[in-house]
Amino acid sequence: MLVGRIRRIFGGVESVPRPADARPAEGGRLLDIPPIDIAPSDPLLVYLQQASGPVALDELQLDSAAVRELRTLGVKMVVPLISQGELIGLLNLGPRLSEQEYSSDDRQLLEKLASQAAPAVRVAQLVREQEAEVRARERMEQELRVAQLIQQQFLPKQVPTLEGWQVAAFYRAAQEVGGDFYDFINLPDGSVALVVGDVTGHGVPAALVMATTRSFIRAEAPRAGSPSEVLARANDFLDADIPENMFVTCLYAVLDPRTGRLRFANAGHDLPYVRTSQGLIELRATGMPLGLMAGVRYDESEFTIGPGDTMLLHSDGLAEAHGPDREMFGFPRVKGIVASKANGDELIAELMRSLQRFTGPGWEQEDDITLVTVSRSASPATMRVLGEFQVASEAGNERAVMERVSELVKPLGMDLRKVERLKTAVSETAMNAIEHGNELRPERPVSVKVYAGNGQVKIAISDRGGGTEIPEAETPDLEAKLAGLQKARGWGLFLIKNMVDDMTVTTDDVHHTVELVFDLAKKETGDAATNQR
Amino acid sequence: MQQRTSVRALVRFADGSAIVDLPARIDASAEQALNEAYAEATTGATKRILLNFAAVDYLSSTGIALIVGILARSRKDGRAVLAAGLSDHYREIFEITRLADFMRIFPDERAALAG
Repeated sequence: MLVGRIRRIFGGVESVPRPADARPAEGGRLLDIPPIDIAPSDPLLVYLQQASGPVALDELQLDSAAVRELRTLGVKMVVPLISQGELIGLLNLGPRLSEQEYSSDDRQLLEKLASQAAPAVRVAQLVREQEAEVRARERMEQELRVAQLIQQQFLPKQVPTLEGWQVAAFYRAAQEVGGDFYDFINLPDGSVALVVGDVTGHGVPAALVMATTRSFIRAEAPRAGSPSEVLARANDFLDADIPENMFVTCLYAVLDPRTGRLRFANAGHDLPYVRTSQGLIELRATGMPLGLMAGVRYDESEFTIGPGDTMLLHSDGLAEAHGPDREMFGFPRVKGIVASKANGDELIAELMRSLQRFTGPGWEQEDDITLVTVSRSASPATMRVLGEFQVASEAGNERAVMERVSELVKPLGMDLRKVERLKTAVSETAMNAIEHGNELRPERPVSVKVYAGNGQVKIAISDRGGGTEIPEAETPDLEAKLAGLQKARGWGLFLIKNMVDDMTVTTDDVHHTVELVFDLAKKETGDAATNQR
Repeated sequence: MQQRTSVRALVRFADGSAIVDLPARIDASAEQALNEAYAEATTGATKRILLNFAAVDYLSSTGIALIVGILARSRKDGRAVLAAGLSDHYREIFEITRLADFMRIFPDERAALAG
């Protein structure tokens, strides 16, 4: 600290003309002294701290590297700047231009000058320090924003839509942003990989490791044959590159939604819980966290999620949250809530409410909290497929989709105005799929599937525009369009939203699927929850 | 863009109004026809342009954008735009998009010319 300050003062003194030069003709030459570092142990510092007033270097008998250096630079006199008993800098003077010694008047003048300059210099130093602190704080906040951005970028935007299943996810970052992540990966055989992980540490480093791990698993998932293989490969990959003292816990499970079969492997992550008709079950499989040691093998286990069962995947931010008396929320509490009847978003809400009651108001979240729930409907899916077909991505084919869908739903006897709405929504969705998703490339088909059941009709329209984010559509504003402030186009999504009773959009690496839902004319009561998202 | 030459919008004149009989399909394929019809409708001292939707059975979002374009140009030129012959469904779409706030809507051509 002291060395730093003194160094800065040297810099400041370089251009100060020697105060003893009163005559302008002689006062023009400046003392050109580069900044010097004085070691904290240098005896000059102790000496100057106690000195009163200017010190002539020639008279000084000190074994000091700083004194030698100052002499070499031509400094004859140093004047300590002392503020509140602390040495904060030096005024360095070369020889007088008159080549005479400094007089006692000169010394008095210098002492006075130093006593007045010191507080001013100290204020300037404090302002600089404060500015540096503000910059440091801004850098930290910037880093936090970057970490948050990475985190958000790498979390799924949607949960998978699986017939007969309800999937819900929740993520809340801690103040510092930890390295939690979760992911859903559609596999080629129709099953879905569920991933929950936690990187040790916080901030940008944790966020980057999280992003790397997530991307690696995403790339490996369709290639590797089994969950244990995916984790083993991720482990070897991370082990080579991960910063020291960092590791990743990760649960990787593959769900076949047709059978409920779940194969899973675990790299030191919190165990998933499943509520079944026989009670609560912990899904156990052992394995070391990723990135600690190469060549590790992972156990693989299997479980079948039955109709009516609910599984919770979670990160330690929930169970390891502390209450005001430092008690932990704990796994037994989490299990107790999973064992209650709630599903999906309801279960997530209950877990978070319970945590809030436990921690009380004003709690600062210590770690990221990630919750993923997977529930299987009690009864098999009750929607039947009315038909499915594909069209080439050519302009105008949206009308073919519209006509075929309207034929397929004819037997349902829908209200005619509803049919008109359905036709508009279907043709607009198909047009988006043809033009934007498949970019009018005829070899990329648009797939259409029409379902009915639960008092609803559902039309799923898929294109090959997955893997890229869909930009947020601007809400069309007619006045702005008429004034030329918005382009005339851009009505498609707005129309669709206004035509349907409900819609969902899902994106995976390949496909982008929009599901349009219409309630049939007379909605059956008590059937509102369709266990579909 | 599609190659469609057969789509046309007929323009008739009555009492200082130009009546544009719109084709059955108002989507990207109707763009040229609508532009030509607008040019034809505004050659004289036309004060009002009546868009006749009686034959329209398909209006896409692109078609709505074309109507918005016509409305924007007419407003700049100080001409009123009226609509007639909309089906219940497309009338609803005119309400949702607020086109109905910027052009008077009549059940049919006769009502429009009388109004």
